[in-house]
Amino acid sequence: MGAFPMSEHSTYVPGNAAEKWLDDRLPVVRFAKAHLMDFPTPKNLNYWWTFGAILVMCLGIQIVTGIILAMHYTPNTALAFDSVEHIRRNVNGGRVIQATHAVGASMFFVALYIHMFRGLFYGSYKAPREILWILGVVIFLLTTATAFMGYILPWGQMSFWGATVISNIFTAIPLVGENIKQLVLGGFAVGNPTLNRFFSLHYLLPFIIAAVVALHIWALHVPGNNNPIGVDVKESRDTVPFHPYYTMKDLFAMVLFLIPFAWFVFFAPDILGHPDNYIMANSQVTPAHIVPEWYLLPFYTILRAIDFNVLFIDSKLGGVIAMGGAMLMLLIVPWLDTSKVRSGTFRPMFKWFFALFVINFIGLMYLGAQPAEGIYTVLAKVCTAYYFIYFLVVLPVLSRIETPKPLPTSISESVLGKNAHA
Amino acid sequence: MVWPLINQLNPDASTLALASIQYDVGPIAEGQSVTIMWRGLPVFVRHRTAAEIEEAKAVPLSDLKDPQTDEERTKPGHEQWLIMIANCTHLGCIPVGEAGDFDGWFCPCHGSHYDSAGRIRRGPAPANLVVPPYEFLSDTLVQIG
Repeated sequence: MGAFPMSEHSTYVPGNAAEKWLDDRLPVVRFAKAHLMDFPTPKNLNYWWTFGAILVMCLGIQIVTGIILAMHYTPNTALAFDSVEHIRRNVNGGRVIQATHAVGASMFFVALYIHMFRGLFYGSYKAPREILWILGVVIFLLTTATAFMGYILPWGQMSFWGATVISNIFTAIPLVGENIKQLVLGGFAVGNPTLNRFFSLHYLLPFIIAAVVALHIWALHVPGNNNPIGVDVKESRDTVPFHPYYTMKDLFAMVLFLIPFAWFVFFAPDILGHPDNYIMANSQVTPAHIVPEWYLLPFYTILRAIDFNVLFIDSKLGGVIAMGGAMLMLLIVPWLDTSKVRSGTFRPMFKWFFALFVINFIGLMYLGAQPAEGIYTVLAKVCTAYYFIYFLVVLPVLSRIETPKPLPTSISESVLGKNAHA
Repeated sequence: MVWPLINQLNPDASTLALASIQYDVGPIAEGQSVTIMWRGLPVFVRHRTAAEIEEAKAVPLSDLKDPQTDEERTKPGHEQWLIMIANCTHLGCIPVGEAGDFDGWFCPCHGSHYDSAGRIRRGPAPANLVVPPYEFLSDTLVQIG
């Protein structure tokens, strides 16, 4: 286990005197060749493994389009709404660039959730990849914050009221909550100071995300990739070089991913948004039905599901704790699931609970878009309960009672069959 | 050293300068509500009907999540005027007037019901709608803040 060296495998030989001169001073070419080309990668990775590269592409698209939008956008409550319309109507190509950025946020989360569910199914969070997983959760949290602040910038009704609802979460904190809220907003309510600072942070955070992504990839390149059978790489024949095998596969997957992306951008740029956000922010009227963007709905449902007091914790603080807990729970998953078998493929009971977890997550997403009344509030409580039970009960208990199926002895055996070693 | 870098985020002088306003409630007819702005926050001013006041006074305190009598939420001699910050105490949405199951306000965001004295009756909100500090300068002139 773990005997095969995944890092430090440079085969770079400088081709001429200039390359040698550079290599002696800053071995950047050597580094790139080792990590972007020669890197030994398990040969059995399936298409679920292409979403890491797709996410890098998404971050790149958001940064490039975002910098362009900032050249035309005005972060002022009187002008922001019109400046976004100005981008869409007057700026050359602005219609497509703005749509790419807005749709890009949604596509980012599509890829992010798939990437996370892949990690949860194949046990990619297990030793020795705990730090890799935790950095991924940090990226998820930062991305969520960035997306939320970005949604405020168009200064529509949903922008304003979304900001109001989320900033009021701070008031659930006992004693200092109201002061923290005023500190965050720069006023007694969401206003111009809020818009200004959210714009500043929305511009900053993607670069912090990029830095954490670099750490995430660094942490990936120490043990190397997990793989669909979860058995460690044992010898070089279990791997193929990253380039050209996975560069090509990732590129192909990116092209496929860009097809629905482009469809949204060109044919339905607003379909993922809300009509209310095309009404300028009005601090005197709350839209009849406030709904966050689809990617935040599961956590929004959890926030709303706690409408009862628990001991000395009132319903509001309880909802906030549940929502925060649902996200932070991911940080400790490596220690909740202690099963030695990584891949869900070989865990007959885990498989079903995992499938139910995915369905449950989609259920939470659906419920978040429904009004908080009648049967929906009951279902929201049930789904919220299962979300927590999965992590806190199912994973630890299954680790003890489940008998996994026999594992292939190696990646090569699983790919080529028993005769592979002949 | 670090504090000024954090403190700059707090409400600035121009925001704090709007701390007090005067408003003439005279033109508001019985059964009518208006929403005015105070410190950037919307404030409900409702001219309650006699039936609404009776209903609010009839509620036993044991039925309330955040027990407060109707008298504690209004000024003596001005019981018909209910003046409250219009943000739901849950997460700050503006509740809809003359709605909900208690003849008061209903918050569409997360389903909190308030009664005709603005007290929380059902839903996730933890407290009654907040009554700001105010006083009647004359029979109809109110100073809020």
